[in-house]
Amino acid sequence: MSKHPCLNDMNPGQSAHVIKLNSSGSIRRRLLDLGLTEHTQIQCVGKSPSGDPAAFLIRGAVIAIRAIDGKDILVDL
Amino acid sequence: MEYKKAANDKLIAIAGNPNVGKSTLFNNLTGKNQHTGNWPGKTVTSATGYFQTALHSYILVDIPGTYSLMAHSPEEEAARNFLCFGKADAAIVVCDATCLERNLNLVLQTMELVPRVLVCVNLMDEAKRRHIQIDLANLSENLDVPVIGTTARDKKSLYEFTETLDQFIDSRKQSPLCPVTYAPPLESALAILEPLLHKKAHGALPARWLALRLLDTDSELEKEITTYLGQNLSSDPAVCQALSEAWSLLAAAHIQREEMQDLITTGLIRRAEQIYRCSVQEDREYARKNDQKLDRFLTDRRSGYPVMLLLLAFVFWLTITGANYPSRLLSHILFSIQDLLTRLFYLMNAPAWLHDVLVLGAYRVLAWVVSVMLPPMAIFFPLFTLLEDSGYLPRIAYNLDHVFCRCHSCGKQALTMCMGFGCNAAGVTGCRIIDSPRERLIAILTNSFVPCNGRFPTLTALITMFFAGSALGLLSSIGSALLLTGVVLLGVLMTFLTSWLLSRTVLKGIPSSFTLELPPYRKPQVGKVLLRSIFDRTLFVLGRAACAAAPAGILIWSMANIHLGSSSLLSLCAGFLDPVAAWFGLDGVILMAFILGFPANEIVIPIMLMAYLEESVLTEPGSLLALRELLVSHGWTRLTAACTMIFSLLHWPCSTTLLTIHRETGSLKWTFLSFLLPTAAGLILCFLVANIARIFL
Repeated sequence: MSKHPCLNDMNPGQSAHVIKLNSSGSIRRRLLDLGLTEHTQIQCVGKSPSGDPAAFLIRGAVIAIRAIDGKDILVDL
Repeated sequence: MEYKKAANDKLIAIAGNPNVGKSTLFNNLTGKNQHTGNWPGKTVTSATGYFQTALHSYILVDIPGTYSLMAHSPEEEAARNFLCFGKADAAIVVCDATCLERNLNLVLQTMELVPRVLVCVNLMDEAKRRHIQIDLANLSENLDVPVIGTTARDKKSLYEFTETLDQFIDSRKQSPLCPVTYAPPLESALAILEPLLHKKAHGALPARWLALRLLDTDSELEKEITTYLGQNLSSDPAVCQALSEAWSLLAAAHIQREEMQDLITTGLIRRAEQIYRCSVQEDREYARKNDQKLDRFLTDRRSGYPVMLLLLAFVFWLTITGANYPSRLLSHILFSIQDLLTRLFYLMNAPAWLHDVLVLGAYRVLAWVVSVMLPPMAIFFPLFTLLEDSGYLPRIAYNLDHVFCRCHSCGKQALTMCMGFGCNAAGVTGCRIIDSPRERLIAILTNSFVPCNGRFPTLTALITMFFAGSALGLLSSIGSALLLTGVVLLGVLMTFLTSWLLSRTVLKGIPSSFTLELPPYRKPQVGKVLLRSIFDRTLFVLGRAACAAAPAGILIWSMANIHLGSSSLLSLCAGFLDPVAAWFGLDGVILMAFILGFPANEIVIPIMLMAYLEESVLTEPGSLLALRELLVSHGWTRLTAACTMIFSLLHWPCSTTLLTIHRETGSLKWTFLSFLLPTAAGLILCFLVANIARIFL
């Protein structure tokens, strides 16, 4: 079984599409509200000074997401 | 709650994503001054305002910004409940033109719920600057509701808006209640439920929306709906029957209950994307070019933290340097007015005690408060508002989130701390932007570790008097600013420490999930910021301080003049507190000033001076050098000043803040803890500093 890369594997400047959202509970709802459904294009636009959280361009808005939540968002990098 | 003043007033809800300019629109229409700032979550409570056009009178309700109506947090729930049950005549959904795709999700959700929707695409000027082209006519056609483009910051663009609003209200055209076509199995399920629910709800709520909510089981909302309709839909046998039919239909298409939420959201998002593709042309790389450059600098691994500290120190430096001269001028003017007042009382043959109580008591403390507090506030508030307007504050939260995460709390706490710089009560209310109740409590309990505006001037005055040294000009002011930055960093450190401690003891838990929007940078409107922050914030805060200062002045004067035996009440009290205060490097007068300063921190220094002045006279009012002499003659040393500064940073929150904490937490226990934590921290630190210093000095 091939393991897909997740949001945390993206470097600033890289773009990818969301393959699967494994998050659950309130964070899942929040991410869906922000438009992070499957097939959505997502671009990493930067990392905070400590490396976590990182900022992603999602449907025109820049959203900071922590690595602990990013690991549940699989992408086709 | 009743909003309307007259029967034909139109009740309009202003909805929208966070930070799209709802409050700016609201303010410019109603002439009210709801505070605005470039960061998500600024509006935490609904505000109501009134305005009139040629044709109608409107009641506007500015509801908190939300990404969605499927509520997660209390204010999102408030927003949704107002749209559902607030009986508004119409809803205006305000969108951010620079981020229309995401905003359309809320537009579609609102259209499913409210039969009369007007879409207002705001920030058209920003979109233009970013070369984003929006075809408003096409958007209106696709959504089948009226759409208007605005620049809410520019009042002129609002004439067209009010015209459109009047036309919209008069047209009586209903907007479509099914703006989204969902996946076929869901649509067939809806087809079973809709006609039945239409009959059951008697049109009080849209049937399609009700059907969607029944399928996407949300027990909280269901309770609200039951109360509103006066009947429990899901216990109605016919509805139950239809629901199970719908579910078996969905099951046949392999759709589970847990997937319902995804299915509905995906439907909405897809439709939003479609409409966006038809109506908007932009190059996202180009649109974000400048933001990207700034972010690379302001949130960079190397420059991120230093820039943050330098900015903080720079703001303090400007405040200290700029406040110096006007402070002296003000005190000269105010104290010459005191002489005039004295002459006036003398001419009127007023009794001496009346003159003393009112002029030497109330007026003099008031004059102190104004001359010591007004200039730094009038500089700090506008500077802070500029930072807020530009969109830098969310970047601070972004930079610091990692540390907060380590403390098992939320990065948004950095935003509430920033608000605390203005006023801790405002900071505590602002904690509503934090979703997790545990993390919100931590943020509330630690907010007063950040010195509010009432405490800044105390700190700067003490630094200038005792630590900046005799070095003249630039060097001394830079030194003062750096010291003040150090004091503030101590407060920040204590915030981290206390948050860490709380999340390992009484508020145990792991950090919850976290998403934070980093809004585009906007050019602050300098002129407006200056005006607004002086009139709204500075004068408001000063007014509150003055209200506390006058009675405190009378009290202090009375205490100094009521004698028990041979000594005044004041010296008795101070003498009583003296031995306790001495442990902590303070003296009785200082401690008493902090106790009397409970209603407002601004009056602490003036009370101290008043108390000392009862026994001495000030040679030159307004000069810090003369003040320093006065303090030194009462036994002050650098150590006293250091301990007073620590205690000013770390002591009980003022009464307004405590009341706010009680309102926000609804619990005496937490309010008490919020009193105890900084007080204990301050006493321990003062005790350590005073006693260690005594050993070495």
